[in-house]
This record gives sequence, structure tokens and C-alpha cells, in this order.
Amino acid sequence: MASFKPTKIPIYPKLGEKVTPDTLYWKNYKAPVQIKEFGAVTSIDFSPLAPHNYAVTASTRIHIYGPFSQEPVKTFTRFKDTAYSGKFRSDGQLLVAGCEDSVVRLFDVSGKVALRVFKGHTKGVHVTDFTSDCYHILTGSDDYTCRLWDIPNSTELTSYKEHTDYIRCGTTSKLNRDIFITGSYDHTLRVFDARVEKSVMTMDHSQPVESVLLYPSEGLLVSSGGRYVKVWDLLKGGQPLVSLKNHHKTVTCLGLSSNGQRLLSASLDRHVKIYNTTNYKVVHNFDYAASILSLALAPDDESIVVGMTNGVLSIKHRKSPEEKQEVAGKQRVRPVYRVFVKGRNYVPKKDDFFVSKPVKSHLAKYDKQLKRFNISKALDTALENRKPDITVAVMKELDRRGTLKNALAGRDEQNLSQLLNFLIGNVVDPRFTPVLVTATEMILDIYQAVVGQSSVVDRQLVRLQELVEREIDYQQDLLEVLGMLDTLFATSLPRKEVPCPGSSRPNGLIPTLSH
Amino acid sequence: MVAHAEIRVVHRGGSKINFREPVITNDSRFLLCASGESVKVYSSSSEECVHDLQGHTDLVSGIARNPSNHLQVYSCSADGTVRLWDFTDGILIKTFIIGYPIYSIYVSEKHGGVVFVVVPMANDKSSELFQLVAVHLPRSGDQEVEARELSAVLCDVSPSPGAASFGREGEYVAAAKGLQLEVFFFKKQKPYRFFLKPGIKKGSKNAFTCVSCHPKEDCIATGHADGKIRLWRNFNQKKEYTYSTLHWHHGAVNTLQFTPEGTNLLSGGIESVLVQWRYTQENQKDFLPRLGAAITHIAVSPDGSLFCTSHSDNKITIIQSCVKVSAIIQGLVKSEGVRTDLMIDPRSKALVLNGKPGHLQFYSLHRDKQLYNLDIVQQEYINEEGLDQFEVVKAAFDAHGDWLATVEERRQKGSELEINLKLWAYDEQTQSFVLNTTVTAPHEDQITAMCFSPSPETTMLVTISFDGHFKAWLLGASWSCDFVGGYHLLKPGCCCFSADGSLLAVGFQEVVTVWSPSSWELLTTLSQPPGAIRDLCFGRLSCSKYLLGTSTKNQLCCWNILTCSLEWSTPMDVSLLQADPLSENIAAFCSQSGCSDLFVFKPGEPRPLYSQRALCTGKVQHAIFAPRDQMLESCEEHAQWLNRSQLYFLTQHMDLMTFSTKTEEDRLLASSKRLMVDNSVAVTPFYLLLGKHRLQQQQQQQEALTNPMAERIQLPQGSIAIKELLYTPAHVLPSASFLCSMFVRSLLISSSSARPEFNPEHPVQELELCRPPHTGRVRIPILVYYRLHTIYSSPHTI
Repeated sequence: MASFKPTKIPIYPKLGEKVTPDTLYWKNYKAPVQIKEFGAVTSIDFSPLAPHNYAVTASTRIHIYGPFSQEPVKTFTRFKDTAYSGKFRSDGQLLVAGCEDSVVRLFDVSGKVALRVFKGHTKGVHVTDFTSDCYHILTGSDDYTCRLWDIPNSTELTSYKEHTDYIRCGTTSKLNRDIFITGSYDHTLRVFDARVEKSVMTMDHSQPVESVLLYPSEGLLVSSGGRYVKVWDLLKGGQPLVSLKNHHKTVTCLGLSSNGQRLLSASLDRHVKIYNTTNYKVVHNFDYAASILSLALAPDDESIVVGMTNGVLSIKHRKSPEEKQEVAGKQRVRPVYRVFVKGRNYVPKKDDFFVSKPVKSHLAKYDKQLKRFNISKALDTALENRKPDITVAVMKELDRRGTLKNALAGRDEQNLSQLLNFLIGNVVDPRFTPVLVTATEMILDIYQAVVGQSSVVDRQLVRLQELVEREIDYQQDLLEVLGMLDTLFATSLPRKEVPCPGSSRPNGLIPTLSH
Repeated sequence: MVAHAEIRVVHRGGSKINFREPVITNDSRFLLCASGESVKVYSSSSEECVHDLQGHTDLVSGIARNPSNHLQVYSCSADGTVRLWDFTDGILIKTFIIGYPIYSIYVSEKHGGVVFVVVPMANDKSSELFQLVAVHLPRSGDQEVEARELSAVLCDVSPSPGAASFGREGEYVAAAKGLQLEVFFFKKQKPYRFFLKPGIKKGSKNAFTCVSCHPKEDCIATGHADGKIRLWRNFNQKKEYTYSTLHWHHGAVNTLQFTPEGTNLLSGGIESVLVQWRYTQENQKDFLPRLGAAITHIAVSPDGSLFCTSHSDNKITIIQSCVKVSAIIQGLVKSEGVRTDLMIDPRSKALVLNGKPGHLQFYSLHRDKQLYNLDIVQQEYINEEGLDQFEVVKAAFDAHGDWLATVEERRQKGSELEINLKLWAYDEQTQSFVLNTTVTAPHEDQITAMCFSPSPETTMLVTISFDGHFKAWLLGASWSCDFVGGYHLLKPGCCCFSADGSLLAVGFQEVVTVWSPSSWELLTTLSQPPGAIRDLCFGRLSCSKYLLGTSTKNQLCCWNILTCSLEWSTPMDVSLLQADPLSENIAAFCSQSGCSDLFVFKPGEPRPLYSQRALCTGKVQHAIFAPRDQMLESCEEHAQWLNRSQLYFLTQHMDLMTFSTKTEEDRLLASSKRLMVDNSVAVTPFYLLLGKHRLQQQQQQQEALTNPMAERIQLPQGSIAIKELLYTPAHVLPSASFLCSMFVRSLLISSSSARPEFNPEHPVQELELCRPPHTGRVRIPILVYYRLHTIYSSPHTI
């Protein structure tokens, strides 16, 4: 007595889904931790110092979180209006933040009250940063100016008013204390040198610039604005290198993975894309629940922190290798001790005969019905299944048994419309067409007598007819194209003579094109 | 063909074992079944064939237990004899010559010394009418007895053995034929006939197919072609008989059997479900489903503990009390056509061909046993008539047996042809093939041929299809299609790789195209019209420059690939070309006036090495060279082609035949004798005797090693051996060669023990030296000599 062989579900190859080292690397993160903030999270910055706390700017507060805590370690609340751009200094001691009320505040990370307050801007300040010598602060404001401030004196050093719209992003050079770059809604990026009066380089992004990023080598500059991410070569005088259009909404922020090999861009379309920085191809993609406003990576990619418009902060931590093993070797939950204590300490003796339990094979629902030759029920259970390949496989199996017609017959309006719905959805899928065309013909044979009795079924039949007509036209067009291509290929191939002994008749060789 | 008398065409294995109902012995240890011209005895627990009872000269048509001796069985055959066998020892006890071809045999406990056989009415084989006759077996001591005392019981019966059955205590016999059931009462000597109406709707669906009588009560169960089972009662009256109907089978009921106590009725049919009906509670039934193939016979052991079912796929299933399949005896499955052709698995050297539906069978030619079945289609087989099922149509092995390619197809009326190409990799761990890749719809039309490239660097498969293309599949990281080729949209029919894999020849109707698989360039075309190319074959070893082709217009051509010219051609209707993989030889089967001839030749030489006319009737379509595991050393010129490999072929009637030489038969005979001696060790009475001697011998040897004098001290015990030798019956003695040395030694001792009296001053050490001259003096008693002589010259060696 052989066991029942379950229905074979054919495996169709999935195109384009490949497992690369990148997918493995970027999938190796734990499920995200979600923290609800008071408002949209506009900025996230990691402290360069070891335990790598990070400052999250949202609404009128700046929270500092520890690497694994879900509660803020520290909170700065002394803002009169929405705070922006909380940034750590390179020694991790000071934190600067702009505010909608045009005042820039400097905090000690351990203190509570602002150490310095820089007043001078006339509108909200969205951009703040420390210069590389740690003594100056760069700010960019909605009053179209960007300024440099001295921290010890809290005085303004220089002011540049070259942009003609809001300045919403900017960064300072980590190698040169005098150089900084700003991006503005006037579509331009400007490179300034504090030693000269005017900007030294201007690049046209042709979209309102939302974010700028300097490579660690500072030879390349990345800017994002609109749906585009652009890379500029600073050493060639600001020549555009690549323009990437992989998002379908405004790209709001950029990030680099810590070794500089991968570039990340986050957008309002709720995706984070990861690019290879050698060929600028997308290697991976993260999906989030809401539009993304800010993104930051911890050193060594230990965690990815993303802030969204709905105020949710999502933190993904990298799986540690030990945890990986733990997951693999994780033991199943056993019954409680009291239940399991009987015979627990029994040690089998040497000549005990071990009786193995017969392995029970579990059959799918439709297979159970098929085993009992309940063909209509088998088709019903298969139709309930969400995966069309399973449903089609069951139909094929019924057809092989010569009972598909019986299974399709004798259905009421509701059942029939469910069946027709399935056909409409899948009949033009080239994987399923051979089976479903037979099934459709059978349905038409069986139910042609009752056409016109139900409006629902009639409507579906009309839809099916339209679908099939459209598909036939489409196939015809394709065949025409194929014919044209064949002619082109045939003319471009050189004719070759084949040596043929004892015959003067030349043998023309027409190798058939590989599919 | 007197010169070739040493090469004989012989049957080699693979005969049917499901032809007649098997018989289970009283102790349930053995199972006997008719298999061609012999009766095979299988062990019911180990599935091994224990004995092959040979003696009949035609098809064995029935087996029955001897009711008076539970160690004996009767067998009947179309050669007109009934033979009585001792199946435990495999000895023919008696032969009763009836003189008519016998179609089935019945015995009954009440009728001692009588067997009932079905013979034709007129004494010619073409007769369509059969009768059941009682044969009184004469009591006589002779080996061969003529049994002429026949008395007819029933006229006009069906020749099928299931269509008659003996009732309670042998009081009556029921036989069915067509729409008539006939019951004959032995006491009254009167038959009763019962007729059924032909089915109103569908002609002869009401016809009887089988009969079984209840062993304890007056009840007859009959099976019908429409799947009904009728239980007849009160049939000892003409009018007031009754019957009840049971219906579960949707196809014809092939076989019916009551269990010995009569509590259950077993039935089987095409559904391959064994149905067990409770007697008197017929609505309760048990099922044993999915037994593999249609059930043709059911047998029950006398104690009712074992059932066994024969199936249409040449299989016997042994079932323990209707719940558990305990053993399966599988013969070579020969379905209607061998669509995959014969192949040899390079690893196991087993013969491979399509077996039961959707499977590929691996059959060991040396052991005449099926090794295993490989499930190719991997789908539940629906046992129903008129269904289009997937069939394995092509298969090919690569040179090392690492890869197996199979093609399965299913042709459905009014629907597209479904083809799957499957590639199986050999798994060292499980020692079998594991599915690696499935290609759905590899071609748009039927695949006509398929072969692997023999080149060791690449694993490449070429498939050829009626859609006008051939495709090359290459194994890289995974299997992929490497090249699609065609020629003038002609339909390709056959393909062949050269021995080194550097050339591929594809026959496109009348044209042979030669391709280079490395660059997929068309190198040359060869053609020899008229006639489409039927078969292509490259020469091997020293003849690898030749390409042989056969065409439908009765031509065998040989091209030289180096010069691209025709070397020779000869008018011949070659149905099959087969190259020996181990030598240059090529076998060509030709059909001529309804018979097949065989020619074995080397492509480079004009004269055939061997030829045999009228090999068998009909065309030979399938043949294969199977490499021998041990090379033969035959020096005769015409038999040398059989040295490295053996040629097997299938006749039109699906008989597996082979060529055997004299040396081979001698060797086979010798090995079978050796085997028998080994077997006898396991049998208990033998073992007792032999084991005792062995122990003694070992002790003696050990003591002889430690003390050279010990041998002589034990002298008097030798006489026990002599006694045993002389007084035990000859047929339970171990082989003479085993006993002889011991026996002779025992004789020697008696004389040497006397010797010290002659020469008391002789030192013992010198005695050893001068023993050889003394042996001449030993007087073997004349009786002992006679016994020894008979043992040595006896044809029957144990």
C-alpha cells in the first residue's frame, strides 16, 4: 500500500530576485524598535563617541537615546518653537540646534540649560553644524543667509547672503575648518570658504535641495532634491557625475554606510534605497510605514535609525553573530515540567529495542479531498487558497483525472462568479493559460444554457471576453514584432557554404535563433 | 548454422509471475507461482526466490496444493502433464502425462487421488471449447505415469482458472461462462444451470468474470464485468434460487476469494483496491487502497493469516491479515511497449526500462531481480480505464551514471501535448537518483531521441524533437539550454555522439548533419537518398572514424567521417543498430520475411563476425549490450564478440532473450552447484550433520597443530564417521567432496595404528616420513568403495 502522492505544485522561476551578499548583509537586522515622538522627526545625529548615543530632533524637543534604550537618556526642552537639526560636536561634548524662532542654542550634553545662545537670524534656522576645528558653528536659515559663529564669544563671524531661497541643508568639511557647503530651495548648492567673501563654487541641482552629504574623502558631494539624487565631483570643479532617479517622491535625506561603500537615500515615498557607490546601482531596498524625513546610521552599521512624518522613530539593530546561533539552535517550547516528568529520567538500556513512531504525512486540505475523490470539494478548497499556482495545479490534477468537468459543474451563482473571478484574474498569465483555457471552455460548455439568468455572471463573462480579445490582439502584435526581428537577424547573418561531398547543390544553413 | 551451435539464444529472466494465482503453503513460509515454463518458490518473508522448479516444457498454467501432503504441490502445464513437486527441496516427484494441453487445475480434499483439470474438448489447440475433467492419478512407483482415466465433469467451461470453484467439502463445483452459472453436484451427478439476462443497457456487462464458493456454507459468490458481486443461495433447486448483489467496484471484478473460515470475502479489480466484505454483514467492508496496479488474482493462506494479490504489473504483494503489506515480489514489468528502449545503468549495470506507469525500473540481469523503481512522474496514479496518463517515453544515462535524463509525456485528446524533461543527479548517500531540474515543455512536439555527450569535460544532453529542432542542454551552475539547431525545417529522427564526444550526428529525414558540439558549427552533411534515416551509430575504438546509418528504404550505409565519403553500403532492412560500448562490434538486427536475423560486424571489415538467421519471429525493436562483470575467454572466433559484453534483446512478444556460449553455461552450472552447497548449510538437518563434522574437523586440526601425535590418538572415532556415511540416506548427506578427505583419512588411520606392531622399534618421527608407501596397503572395504563411487557419479548433488 503506497502512500498518497500529493499534488505537485510546480515551482515557477521568479525573475530578478537574486540573493546577493548585499541582500544578506542588509537583511541581517532585527525587527525594528518603534518609538513614538511628539511630532515629525526632522533630524537624527549619532554621537561620535563610544556608546554612540543619538540625538533625535522632533517638534520642540531633542531626545538623546542610548544605543539600546527605548527611553531617552536625556531630553532638551528649552525651545520656544520647533527645533531643528540637533548635531553633536566631533568630541561628543556639545550639541547645537536651530529653532523656528531663529535662535540657535548650544548645549552641554550633560547639562540642561543652553550654554550659548546665538541670535542674529531673522527666520527659522534649519541647518546647524560644527566646523572641524570645533570652535565655530555654521547655521543656515530661512532668511536666505548662512552664518558662521564663534563659540567662545558667541559672536557672528561672517554672513553670506547668496542664496535666493530657504537654506534647508548644509554640511561642513571634516578636513578643512574653513570650507562648508549649503543647499537651498533655490535649486543651488554653494561651496563657501570662510577665508573669502564669496562662494567658491556653485552647482545647479535643478530641484529644491533637501539634503547634502560629503564623502569621507571629500572629493565627491551628494545632493538630493525632488526625486533626484545627484553626485558631484568637487575636484573637477563641481561637475555632475551621476543623477539617480530611483524614488518616486522627494528624497529627503542621505546617508553613507560607515565604510563608504554604500549610499543610502530616504524619501517621502517610504523607501530607503541603498546604492553601490562604484556603479550607483540599487542593491537593496527597505520599506517603511510612513514618509521618511530623516535617516542615520550608527558607526559600523550597527543600527539604522529612521524618523518619519508621523513621529515614529524606527530603530533596527544588526543581529549579532551569537544571537544568530541562538536563533538557529533555539529549542522548541517544551511542555511544563509536571506534564513531562514521567519517564524523563529513563535511560535506555543497551539492548532495548527502539520502536520508532510511524511518520505521519500531513496532506494539504485539497489533497485530503482528492484522496477521497471528492473532486468538487477539492476544487472549492483550492479556490479558497490565495495562491493561484496551487489552484491551477489542483485544476490540472483534476483534468488529469478526467474529472475537471464534473468538478466545475453544478455550481450556483455565487460559486460560479468566484470561479469566473479567478479566471479573469489569471487566464492571461502565461504560466496558467494552458490549464485555465481548458477550464474556461468547460465552464462555457456547461453553463451556456443558463447565460442571461444572472446579471453578475453575465457581467463577468463580458469582462472575460474583453480580456481574451485584448490578449489576442496583444499576441498578434508580438508575433508581428517577432517576424520583423527574424527578418532583421536573418539578413544580418552571413550565409555560409557547407562542404557537401558528391553534390554540387549548395546546402544553405539557417541556424535557428536561440530562444 | 552448425558451426555456431555453441552460441544459443536463451531466455534470461524477466518472465511473468502474475500469470496464475499464486499458492501459499500450509505453513505460510513459501509462496509458489507459475513463471513461464517453471514454478518459482519464493520465501514469503524475505521475498527471495528459493527454488526454481524446472521440468515443464511449456507454459505452466496452474498450481495446486496436494491436499494429502502439505509439502507437495501439483502443477499443470500446456505441455499436457501434471507434475508433483516437493517444494522444500525443489524435487520433481512424479509426472502424470495427461496428453492434452491443460489450462487450469483444481483439487479438492474430498476427492482423494483425483485432480480436476480444464482441457480442450477436441484434441487440438485451436479449439475454443473447454471441458472440466476429473483425472484419477494412478498409484505407481514410477517417475512418469500415464494418467488415462479421465471422466468429464462439466462441458463448455471457461479456460480461466478463476471461473470455476469447488464448494463446501467438495460437494459441488460451480463454473461460470458468459452469462451462465453451472453448478454440478457430485452426489446427484446433476448439473443446475442459472442464466442472467444480458444487461439491458450495455450488452455483455452482466457477464460472469469469476466464481468463488463459500468453504462452510452453501453460497457462491460471482463477480461480474460491470463491477457487481452476486451471492447465490438455494442453488440446489432449479427455480427457487436467490441471489443478493453487492456493488462497490466501478470496473470489472477480476477476482474473488473467500477466506478459509468463510468469514470474509475478498475482491479485487482494476481500482487496485483490495476489498474485504464481511460475510452476512456485507455493508461492512474494509479497504486496502493504492496497491499499485490492477489486481488480477487473490490467494489466501490455509490458515487465513496471509493474503497475497497478483497485480497486472507483474507483482505479487503479500499482505498480513488485510492491514499491512509485508512483502512485495516484483518481476520485470513489461508494459505494452518499451518506449524508453533498453538501457544499462553504468553504475549498477542494471537493465533500465520503463516499468509500471510513470516509473523507471532497474532490473539486475545477473540476479534476475528488480532492484528498484524510480518514480519519474511523481503523481498519484489513478487506476481507471481510458485516462491519459503521463508516460515515461525517453531516458538516457551519461557516461558515468552521474546523471539521468527522462522525458515524460501525456497526450490528451483535443489538448496540447504535455512534455517534461527531468534531469536526475545521482546521490551517493542515498544511492539513488534525485530530481535536480525539471524543464516543462522543452520542445513543442514529441521528443524522438535523446543522448548524453560521452565527453568527460562537459555534461551535455541533446534532445531531438519532431518540431524540427534539436536542443543542447549544458550543465553549468545549473542546467540551461545551450543551443537550438535545425536544418531546413526538416524533422530530425535520430542522433548520435561520436565516441569522444567531438562530433554530433543528427539525422534529418534523408540528410545526416554532422555538428561540432564545441562551436555548434555544422561541419558537413551526408545523404544517401532515397529513404529517411532511421538509425545512426558511430563506430568505437579503432573504428571511430566510421558513421553507420540505416534508412527506411532498406539500406545500411557506412560513411568515413575523415573523408566525408560513403565507405560502403548494403541493401538490408535493418530494424535496429546497436554498438557494443566495450569493443568495435556493432550488432544489426534485420527483419526478413517475418523473421529477425542478427549480424555482428566491425564497421571497418566487410565480413560479419557472426550471423544468425531466423533468430525469432517478428521484428526486434530493442536490444542492448550489457557489459559482463567478468570477461569470458573464449577462443572461437565467432564467439569472441560475446567476450566483453552480452547482447540482450526483446522479441515482439516481449521475451527477454540473450546469447549464451558454451563456456558461459559451464560456468553458470558450476556456480549454481557451488551455491546450492552453501544454501544447504542453512537447512537444519543438514546443518546438524555437517556442523558436527566441521567441529570435529576443526578440533582435529587444532590438536594436530599443537600435537602432531594427537591425530593418531583419536583414531577409533573415525569409524563413527564411516557409520554415519554408510547409514544415513544419500540425499541428506553433505557433498561427497567434503566427506571424502575425512573418510579417506579415517581409513588411513586404521592401518597406521596397526603399524607399530609390525615395527615396534621404529621411532615415531620416522613413521611420518614413511607413510606414503604404506597407504598402498589400505584396503578399502568393497561396500564403502561402492558407496563412494555412487556419490561421485550421482547426477543429483546436494
